[in-house]
Amino acid sequence: MTLPAFDLLRPTTLDEALRLLSEMPDALPIAGGTNLIPDLRKGSHAPGSLIDVSGLPELCCIRRKEGHLLIGGGVTIAELLDDPMVAQTTPILTEMASSFAHTLVRNRATIGGNLVAAAPCCDSAPALLVLDAEIDLAGPEGTRRLPLAEFLVGAFTTRRESNELLTCVRVPVPSDRSYTGFVKMGLRKISCMAKIDVAVRVEAHSDGRCEFARIAIGAVAPIAYRAEAAEAHLAGNVLDAVAIAEAARLAGASAHPRSGSEYKRQVIEALARRLLTDVAGRIEGGS
Amino acid sequence: MTERRPIRLIVNGRAHEVSLPPNTTLLTALRDLGCTDAKNGCEQGECGACAVLLDGEPMNSCMILAWQADGARITTNAGLGTLERPHPIQEAFADAGAIQCGFCTSGMVIATKALLDRNPDPTEAEIRDALSGNLCRCTGYGQIAAAVHLAAERLRNLPSWSASSASEDGQEPAFKKRVLASDDVTGEGGRS
Ligand SMILES: Cc1cc2nc3c(=O)[nH]c(=O)nc-3n(C[C@H](O)[C@H](O)[C@H](O)COP(=O)(O)OP(=O)(O)OC[C@H]3O[C@@H](n4cnc5c(N)ncnc54)[C@H](O)[C@@H]3O)c2cc1C
Ligand code: FES
Ligand code: FES
Repeated sequence: MTLPAFDLLRPTTLDEALRLLSEMPDALPIAGGTNLIPDLRKGSHAPGSLIDVSGLPELCCIRRKEGHLLIGGGVTIAELLDDPMVAQTTPILTEMASSFAHTLVRNRATIGGNLVAAAPCCDSAPALLVLDAEIDLAGPEGTRRLPLAEFLVGAFTTRRESNELLTCVRVPVPSDRSYTGFVKMGLRKISCMAKIDVAVRVEAHSDGRCEFARIAIGAVAPIAYRAEAAEAHLAGNVLDAVAIAEAARLAGASAHPRSGSEYKRQVIEALARRLLTDVAGRIEGGS
Repeated sequence: MTERRPIRLIVNGRAHEVSLPPNTTLLTALRDLGCTDAKNGCEQGECGACAVLLDGEPMNSCMILAWQADGARITTNAGLGTLERPHPIQEAFADAGAIQCGFCTSGMVIATKALLDRNPDPTEAEIRDALSGNLCRCTGYGQIAAAVHLAAERLRNLPSWSASSASEDGQEPAFKKRVLASDDVTGEGGRS
């Protein structure tokens, strides 16, 4: 099937890309194209021009700087999966990447494209929410920084202006008493869109108590969100079976599922309980 | 606005200068060049029949714009071996009975090549994960996984194969001619 007509511009620097985006109000960025190409085929977008940002050097690297992991907006899911520094500092991103689509898509799909597309089932969002990630948006007037939770507004909606590019995902490197887990449930074991994502992170005190917790849920609401009541229940507490069960119940109760409400509520509760139990076991083992 | 522009695609070791409009996918460009071993299954990124190696990494060519591949080295199944000298992966697929209609096979072989280049001795789970973007409607995945195990074993005993591919020295793969001929019979050659 032929794609609708558009022009394709291939700037070689970020500045040039930003200038083109500002000059052409009907232009859209394209990175891996794994969302955009199918969307163009369906006719859900009809841009006059596409601006290829996939090769921009400013967007392509993963670095560690001043206590942060800086992931360029053009980094692919495969690069995230293969990066030893990511595996060491934020293993939850490695886990997320290993459950994301499959190799053929992972080699194209970018983290920036995933967040800007802001699909309800976007897998990177819940993992990044528990890490307290922020994102950098570059525009003609410079770069602004937003917490990811603020950037994501709703299904397919973000705070990005049409002339901005997502240049960087900033993840504060968690302490060495940080424990995380991620689980994705879909219709198949691998290579599917999420029906439910649950991500957890527990920062533990040296005595093993939970200092604070983050629990994020994806794919059951218009956009991934944090289950704050469940998080609050764990803060300051020992992660015993009773505390975990109640936090998991609250996580389930937080869901506003798109369909199959009761079933999904129960699954979220079970997944949260499993992840937290696993984390609690590792805290005891490691302390 | 959407005028053609010349780009350079290095397909199976051969450089091609082609003039294409910007809304052409790499899959369409390859098939128009006669590389009809890259199949058009779904054009949605779901089936992997269009998989090719782009600078060594496996990707769905239906989701790449040809201009984005300007200057890249592209390898299709036909670039891995010839009829006279098939690649051990191609041979293993035939020997293990991992082919029925063959529509998925090019993509399966490409995904297998990418896997074995990185991991010469994969587990069953690693094989299933690496091929999870490739759908097959006929053979069943058991034989395909068996073919990958067989290919891995043969390649471990023949390490020189993993380093070089038959057409990288610019040789025209005879294999391609056969694929073309069978495509013409099914009318597949003209589809884009
Ligand atoms: C078969 C298949 C399986 C998939 N599986 C999953 C999955 O398991 N989990 C999941 O979350 N998603 C999945 N997806 C969706 C998709 O692959 C991801 O959302 C991907 O991360 C999108 O990135 P991209 O680089 O391909 O984006 P593109 O398609 O290039 O762009 C997506 C959107 O983001 C914009 N954009 C891209 N980059 C930038 C930037 N740097 N700054 C500003 N705007 C930008 C584009 O204009 C467009 O609107 C799947 C898709 C397919 C086809
Ligand atoms: S044709 Fe490209 S993935 Fe199906
Ligand atoms: S052999 Fe027919 S689709 Fe796989």
